Amino acid sequence: MTHDIHLHHITRIEGHGNLVLNIREGTIEELRLEIVESPRFFEVMLKGRRFDEAPHITSRICGICAISHTTASIKACEAAMDIAPSEETVLLRKILINAEVLQSHILHVYLLALPDFFGVGSIIPMVDTNPDIVRRALRLKRAANEVCRVLVGRHVHPIGMDIGGFKRLPTQKDLDEVRGLLESTAPDMDETIRFFEGIKMPEFNRATRYISLRSKDEYALYDGRLYKKGIPPIEPARYKELITEEVIEYSTAKHARSGDESIMVGALARVNNNYEYLCDEAKEAARRLGLEPPSTNPFMNNIAQVVESIHCIHDSLKLLDLLSSRSLRGEKSQIKVKAGNGVGAVEAPRGTLYHEYDIDEKGVIQGVNCIIPTAQNLLNIEEDIRSMVPTIIELPKNEIEQRLEMLVRAYDPCISCSTHFLEVKFVE
Amino acid sequence: MKPKIGVFSFTSCEGCQLQVFNLEEEFASLIDQVEFVNFREAMSEKGEDYQIAFIEGSITRESEIETLKSIREKAEILIAFGACAHLGGVNNLKNLHPMDGWLPSVYNRKDLFTDTIPTRRIKDVVPVDYVMPGCPIDKCEFLRFVQSLILKIEPRLPDYPVCVECRSKGNICLVEQGKWCLGSITRAGCDAICPTYKDSCAGCRGLVEEPNIESLVNILLEKGFSKDEIRSKLGFFNGLEDIEI
Repeated sequence: MTHDIHLHHITRIEGHGNLVLNIREGTIEELRLEIVESPRFFEVMLKGRRFDEAPHITSRICGICAISHTTASIKACEAAMDIAPSEETVLLRKILINAEVLQSHILHVYLLALPDFFGVGSIIPMVDTNPDIVRRALRLKRAANEVCRVLVGRHVHPIGMDIGGFKRLPTQKDLDEVRGLLESTAPDMDETIRFFEGIKMPEFNRATRYISLRSKDEYALYDGRLYKKGIPPIEPARYKELITEEVIEYSTAKHARSGDESIMVGALARVNNNYEYLCDEAKEAARRLGLEPPSTNPFMNNIAQVVESIHCIHDSLKLLDLLSSRSLRGEKSQIKVKAGNGVGAVEAPRGTLYHEYDIDEKGVIQGVNCIIPTAQNLLNIEEDIRSMVPTIIELPKNEIEQRLEMLVRAYDPCISCSTHFLEVKFVE
Repeated sequence: MKPKIGVFSFTSCEGCQLQVFNLEEEFASLIDQVEFVNFREAMSEKGEDYQIAFIEGSITRESEIETLKSIREKAEILIAFGACAHLGGVNNLKNLHPMDGWLPSVYNRKDLFTDTIPTRRIKDVVPVDYVMPGCPIDKCEFLRFVQSLILKIEPRLPDYPVCVECRSKGNICLVEQGKWCLGSITRAGCDAICPTYKDSCAGCRGLVEEPNIESLVNILLEKGFSKDEIRSKLGFFNGLEDIEI
């Protein structure tokens, strides 16, 4: 069996990537997941700018995870200058992260991944053939985006978030509107679970290392310590002990690994690591959808995204209850500019996101490092492909291509994010 | 015949494309009226028979120049879609640093991805027929814009500044409160969304026709902003940091 497979600009993912695979007589001679997205050089852009511009600039790393980048950036600045946000601020940020995870997961499972299971090239023909499904997806996505709009102006490049608090504090009326939006998703989420019960994920298993934040209080998305099974959780500031990155000649995104091993981050990693903290409704969805942690099937990342979507809605409703039990105060935490190094880690929809800044005594950024979720998954995707190819090698070439593209897509790669930064040159 | 549309992405965060998805329910009615033939983020098909090309992102690699030129040859109408395409956007910020430091600072070596070039706007490379401004684009403006193209009405952008929209929202002027804001020189059409959420207008939609930059600079100087600070704000999206102050 000899195949030359070259998937140029894999579609229905965010950003530009190619897959090159040469199979000779049944063995893989060459395998490269090439990330060809243009590097943006945010690390260069930030150098010399004032710290309070960083959330604004780094939001532009990615339109899909703009709230995660803004949050990680804010947290890095706050860590560098010892700024403690109020409890209300943290509750609101958690609602925003939940909303972003929800909108991103719905976008992925319905609009990007689902066409594979219907044998079509995109969601567009499904507007005519399956209007109920498409409209349900769009309603859910709209609800998540509307939560962001009400709280911070918009989802793509949020406006109201700030270091130490919010530029514009949401009103009680805003919070009521957010509650209404989240409650309105219930029938569509019920239907979503029913619908995905009928979708069968391909069977493929390969155990790997799952990394995510972990908290002893909750399902960790906004905050927590870094966790990989088998080692005690560590503070995010020590992330370099857990994750190393290397430059790959064919990829403008670096590859991350943990020790010698490839790693997986994102919804499946989080569900595997923190299942016990999911709300009951999400656990029930996991049970109905056949997701039993730890799952070693990367295609189940799609299902983990559905499960997390349920969790994010219910968790936000609980957070709103907590917020309504206290009055929203307008005061922001005091910002006293000082020199320091800060790491902000947050669970973006696709996995753990790190921003690290070195800030001088005038508040000017001198060093930057960011590690983006997709960069952490790239090596794992290659390893999965290497392991999966022998199991599908007898299929016709177009089916092999389709199956591999589905595998890449299951990771929901966000490539325009992953080519952005790296390297650390900190001023001593 | 539905007009055929291609959406193409160069160096950017792809957030403007996402705004098209974010039309949500209107997206379904949009595709009744137009046909997307090439939209990599959304679909597998890659058609070349588009009449209207939306170009997202800046040009920052040699290889992107040829791709853009070939799109220009095929498209009857080409639109610079969003601030990166229109103005260079945040991608301009790397141009403020010496080019020979870019690759080493990110990849720690100089021999990879050497076709990286200083950020160019789309109009620096090919003729542009229309501009859809903003970082990100405003999804309602996009819808109106596409409707104009379908009805063959000349699409128009507001030619008044953000201040007009900001006042009509009843916002208290940020500059009067001692904050910087570029609303007075920036093209409206965003419904003053940033000042409404208490953030300064950073000028992502580009300059209004006949902007009175000098007057704004004088006011900001009076408010105590330094020349460097003002230059830095003017440079953020617009690439105006070389301006004489």
